[in-house]
Amino acid sequence: MDTLTNPAPGAVVETEGADRPKKLRFATVWLGGCSGCHMSFLDLDEWLFELAKYAEVVFSPVGSDAKIFPDQVDICLAEGAVANEENLEFIQKVRSRSKLLISFGDCAVNGNVTAMRNPSATVEEILDRCYLELADLSPQYPREPGIVPPLIKQALPVHQVVPVDVFLPGCPPSAAQIQSALESLFTGEAQTAKLKFG
Amino acid sequence: MAVVTLTIDGVAIAAEANASILQAARSAGIAIPTLCHLEGVSDVGGCRLCVVEVAGINKLLPACVTQVAEGMAVQTNTPTLQSYRRTLVELLFAEGNHVCSVCVANNHCELQDMATTVGMDHSHFAYQFPKRDVDVSHEKFGLDRNRCIYCTRCIRVCDEIEGARVWDIAFRGERVKLIAGLDQSWGDVEACTSCGKCVDACPTGALFKKGSTVAEMTRDRDRLQFLQSAREEHQWTR
Repeated sequence: MDTLTNPAPGAVVETEGADRPKKLRFATVWLGGCSGCHMSFLDLDEWLFELAKYAEVVFSPVGSDAKIFPDQVDICLAEGAVANEENLEFIQKVRSRSKLLISFGDCAVNGNVTAMRNPSATVEEILDRCYLELADLSPQYPREPGIVPPLIKQALPVHQVVPVDVFLPGCPPSAAQIQSALESLFTGEAQTAKLKFG
Repeated sequence: MAVVTLTIDGVAIAAEANASILQAARSAGIAIPTLCHLEGVSDVGGCRLCVVEVAGINKLLPACVTQVAEGMAVQTNTPTLQSYRRTLVELLFAEGNHVCSVCVANNHCELQDMATTVGMDHSHFAYQFPKRDVDVSHEKFGLDRNRCIYCTRCIRVCDEIEGARVWDIAFRGERVKLIAGLDQSWGDVEACTSCGKCVDACPTGALFKKGSTVAEMTRDRDRLQFLQSAREEHQWTR
């Protein structure tokens, strides 16, 4: 992946008029989650145009073609728990390149469904159960070194791996909750939507 | 009945002398959060969410088991209490395996609602992910120990209203566990009358009706209070 190149960081920022504030560099990342939070993000519908007034999407599985997480990101939404070695490495990179990191949805906030493997089983037991015992055809482990990242011992909430600035629980957080959280960051006004797990 | 006067959050209130601070506050329309309290059964002061500050007393007191007294000055919602309450709820979430999104009680759960009430957006404590089991040996109901917060409402309702005393708490510390009978499978406990009052009493999705799926389970909380008032005050209808 690192052989792919991005547009030079910063080059994609629109030229801003002197009277207009510089847009925030906005990113979303997808770790060990189902992408439901990102679907809910897309549910912002026409408010995405409002978002575009404040922010430029510099990295996102649903809003950008960039393959490499850029430098100097202002706000980053992180969906999913930290479940495998790729997530672990990636979230550290994301943290070091983002001013404000938001745990986006229950998997990021508390592990949620992704962490349901934690209490009862080792990684080997989980893989046996999923890929051998429950397999319909040709039971085997997915083993492609360098492509399929190995699971880490437990799936962890993001804040148990790197410091997190804002928490936005929900499975998924509703579009109204996402809008409220982002608006409060853009405008500095207090959040209006109530938080809710599940 | 003797009456005492006290203030709660600065409001002058008259209450029966044997009332608890919680009863006095609620009768005056002042909400104090609770999880282990259940109308119709005795109070145990277990969850500590109802702790309040009483002037002149140097420790926090649980409102559900503290009797009112003449001239008492009670504060129910100071920043200190708010912070303790949030911490308590965070500990409950970190201690068990509470996965709201796949729980039968999602959207009908007192623990989930309490997180919203106290403004919890995550737990500051490391999630323990304890290994706990599920008992679906009963014909009609199930017990998912992952979701149990040891409020003991089921124990009290079974003991005090149904009179069967199927439930109890066994072991201590992180090994604490809700047990049926003498730590038997629920379905093997002959004392159980299958009345379902424990299921109606449970604040979370720990006790559930079999066949309910995610977010489907609702409960008849008022049934328990109705049974008690039927028994004590002979109000036979609701």
